[in-house]
Amino acid sequence: MTGEILATGGESAAPLRRTKADSPLKRILAAFFEDRLAVIGLVVFVLIAAFAVIGPWIVPQNPYDLAQLDIMDGGLPPGETSFSTGGTYWLGTDEQGRDMLSAIAYGLRISLLVAFVSLGCAITIGVTLGVVASYFGGRIDSLIMRVVDLQLSFPAILIALILLALLGRGVDKVILALVIVQWAYYARTVRSSAIVETRKDYIDAARCLALSHRRIMFRHLLPNCVPPLIVVATVQIAQAISLEATLSFLGVGVPITEPSLGLLIANGYDYLLSGRYWVSIFPGIALVATIVAINLVGDRLRDVLNPRLQK
Amino acid sequence: MTALLDVRDLKTHFFTRDGVAKAVDGVSFSVERGQILGLVGESGSGKSVTGFSLLGLVDPPGRVVSGEIVFDGTDLIAAGEKTMRRLRGKRIAMIFQDPMMTLNPVLRIDTQMVETILAHEKVGRAEALKRAREALTMVGISAPDERLKSYPHQFSGGMRQRVAIAIALLHKPDLIIADEPTTALDVTIQAQILAEVQKLCAETGTALIWITHDLAVVSGLADRLAVMYAGLIVEEGAASDVIENPMHPYTRGLIGSVPQGRAHGRPLQQIRGMTPSLLDLPSGCTFRPRCSRADEACLAVPALDTLPGERRVRCVHPFGEPCKENPVS
Amino acid sequence: MTDPIIDIMSVSKRFATELDIAARAARLLGSKIEATSVQAVDDVSLSVEQGEVMGLVGESGCGKSTLGRMVAGLLRPSEGEIRYRGKALTTLRGAAARAAALKVQLVFQDPMSSLNPRLRVEEIVGEAPRYHQLVPRGEIAAYVDDMLQRVGLDPSMRRRYPHQFSGGQRARIGIARALAVNPEFIVCDESVAALDVSIQAQILNLFLRLREELNLTYLFISHDLGVVEHISDRIAVMYLGRMVELGRSEEVFAAPNHPYTAALLAEVPTLQPKKKTYSIIQGEIPSPLDPPPGCHFHPRCPHAFARCRSERPVFRQIAPGRFSACHLNDQAGT
Repeated sequence: MTGEILATGGESAAPLRRTKADSPLKRILAAFFEDRLAVIGLVVFVLIAAFAVIGPWIVPQNPYDLAQLDIMDGGLPPGETSFSTGGTYWLGTDEQGRDMLSAIAYGLRISLLVAFVSLGCAITIGVTLGVVASYFGGRIDSLIMRVVDLQLSFPAILIALILLALLGRGVDKVILALVIVQWAYYARTVRSSAIVETRKDYIDAARCLALSHRRIMFRHLLPNCVPPLIVVATVQIAQAISLEATLSFLGVGVPITEPSLGLLIANGYDYLLSGRYWVSIFPGIALVATIVAINLVGDRLRDVLNPRLQK
Repeated sequence: MTALLDVRDLKTHFFTRDGVAKAVDGVSFSVERGQILGLVGESGSGKSVTGFSLLGLVDPPGRVVSGEIVFDGTDLIAAGEKTMRRLRGKRIAMIFQDPMMTLNPVLRIDTQMVETILAHEKVGRAEALKRAREALTMVGISAPDERLKSYPHQFSGGMRQRVAIAIALLHKPDLIIADEPTTALDVTIQAQILAEVQKLCAETGTALIWITHDLAVVSGLADRLAVMYAGLIVEEGAASDVIENPMHPYTRGLIGSVPQGRAHGRPLQQIRGMTPSLLDLPSGCTFRPRCSRADEACLAVPALDTLPGERRVRCVHPFGEPCKENPVS
Repeated sequence: MTDPIIDIMSVSKRFATELDIAARAARLLGSKIEATSVQAVDDVSLSVEQGEVMGLVGESGCGKSTLGRMVAGLLRPSEGEIRYRGKALTTLRGAAARAAALKVQLVFQDPMSSLNPRLRVEEIVGEAPRYHQLVPRGEIAAYVDDMLQRVGLDPSMRRRYPHQFSGGQRARIGIARALAVNPEFIVCDESVAALDVSIQAQILNLFLRLREELNLTYLFISHDLGVVEHISDRIAVMYLGRMVELGRSEEVFAAPNHPYTAALLAEVPTLQPKKKTYSIIQGEIPSPLDPPPGCHFHPRCPHAFARCRSERPVFRQIAPGRFSACHLNDQAGT
């Protein structure tokens, strides 16, 4: 076999240019882990996410089960002991005797749930429309992109406020508002990279092989548009978390029965000046830590995924 | 007569994450005044890096590791960046494959040309403009006054390359290094540029190093040819000798690979295998794995033997003897 | 007598830049933006016989790539039609259209950008046969191996990504991908232009060998006359969207009829031991946006006369199997 290949002028016997890195994914991961700050960001984020997921099973109380609250424990500073159970409130309690650590665990859950569900929906809608716009071009492209322009010309917070004023409070409604606010970013990001990729010969090659439009768009075009999408997604998820917190802080977001971090901060805001700093500050720290961790990861991803910086 | 440029044992290495790439690994040649040297090689042969090294334009992670570049009596490597900057653009000029490497897209041609002149000489603006106009006329651009007021994007590819050549000529340099300047151009436009360059070298006595992968282009232009493979010169000699009587198996294979129409429809002579990675070069003669004549003797690195007729070849088993078959007058 | 496998019938292609909403708004406000159109291919007819290699040469902007893409079904002609074995490609629907589309494949110029960087070689080569069910599912792997061997690649490389290959190997992968759908006709669009000379020779030899083995027909598009002369049986020359000359390769090279072909042949750099004095062919290639009237070549033509400036020369037969579009042929006849 080898003999035949050599006889036909094959190059199979020659060594590979680069044997080291295998798949593009492995190369990117290796580059990502070279930056210590980004790794710290990733670790912090994973810890926060893990806390949000398993929190309800490890924290001392369910802060929204009124039976578990004791008004006697209200307004305790961090580190105080409970009058009823004898446990320690590491982060203090609010005026209703709610353990702040537990409240943060539940709050994080809501915040992250809202952010990730809205991210998933917005990406699905935005990416589909963006890929379709760039692949077909012409009228379809014009139509979709004008809607995107229109959407992006209004401040996100304004649109979200108007929507929630019309729809009313509720976790599902906040998610809907965030999806409507965010899909356009993904559509625009995907379209701008897809329009470059569409002109490349491998798309023409796929068309020449008579593959279906759907297959070309989602199997050939889309995977090559993923890097900028990841970068935008990390920025946008941080945006989504803070936007939701803002809306909840303003009292138009999640309902009082399912408080997110933003609502927790708002609840403690009244007591901030009276010395009970912990009711607002600790949820605030949790919020900031989450957003900073995501941004650290996002910054590094932007560096390693930037094709210009790739060797 | 001493040579205008004398390169001795030049080594330029690239220190990459995956290892040291010896892009140029001991290249020596010389160019005399008014001479045209064709530096031929395929991608990865180190021909372009050689050109960049001569001008001190190698970017990190690359660096000239050792060797001498003696230009008109001065060793450019020992003299340092300051001397280099004074010479670059004035006495040594470079033409790139992409003329937009030379041209600034947001400046008008006259601004760019005048600035180039004023960078090295103290002359008035009017005088500088006059010289710019002359340079454009010299490369065959009609209506130079009109062209001077244009921006690069208003020109065609061939016209841009002419302007880049005109800029290279502004200071009447002693040496021009041209890196694949016609590769991106159409055949008829390439012929125009070649004609202009040929005329200019004859008229002004400028020496020229023409770096290319295209043997056919350079065979009709150069006085001498140097063929590079994997960072080394493997064969050097008068252009006619090298083309008519290639001694190194690589040169021979390269010439056989050029479709000439004589053997229509029949398989071309081909070199098997592919250019080796600079990070992982074969031991001994680097051409050994692709060579039909290779044996145990090729496991040692062959020296660049000097033969009669200013012919040099780096091979243990060269083809023919040039002095017998092709007496040099 | 063989029927033509591909028949290009009076095909034209115009590219128009349409004004979008913003541009139209700007126009209302007095801007001078206008819709432009380029006649990339202008009334070209060409038929390619079974088993031959048709070379298509010309300089940048002559429309040769556009023509190749129309033949490969990637672009639709603005006028005229392209027939594959007597059937117009645009009239076919469904399974018939798909089958015809697969019979004509394109091999691209840039070996890197024509391969999807996210797919492994086995996916690049095997996707279309699997998708179109040309090969039973279980035999795909063996089929891909077979294709790779056919183009001179080691099948053990099938799990690698395009970036792990050299330029020549990538070109071979592109060829294997095209061959995997059993084409009869291959459009080679500058397929060897991006390769080093020694690798180019390997790939040209591969094209010649595959033609023998698989009974292929090629439309070989290139700006490199040496390559075209070597591989082609017949050769067609285009200038600014129009066909100017067509004939048997050796005849055209021995005695070009059209002044443009003559100029092109004179300027081809050839290997030669003696220094050559390059002559200067006059002028630039005009912009396809604004081609000269009459014969497009007249501003550069040494033989141009009044008629060339006003009247478009007809592309007609001047000898058996030999076509040219030049007014000089009429003069000689009268």
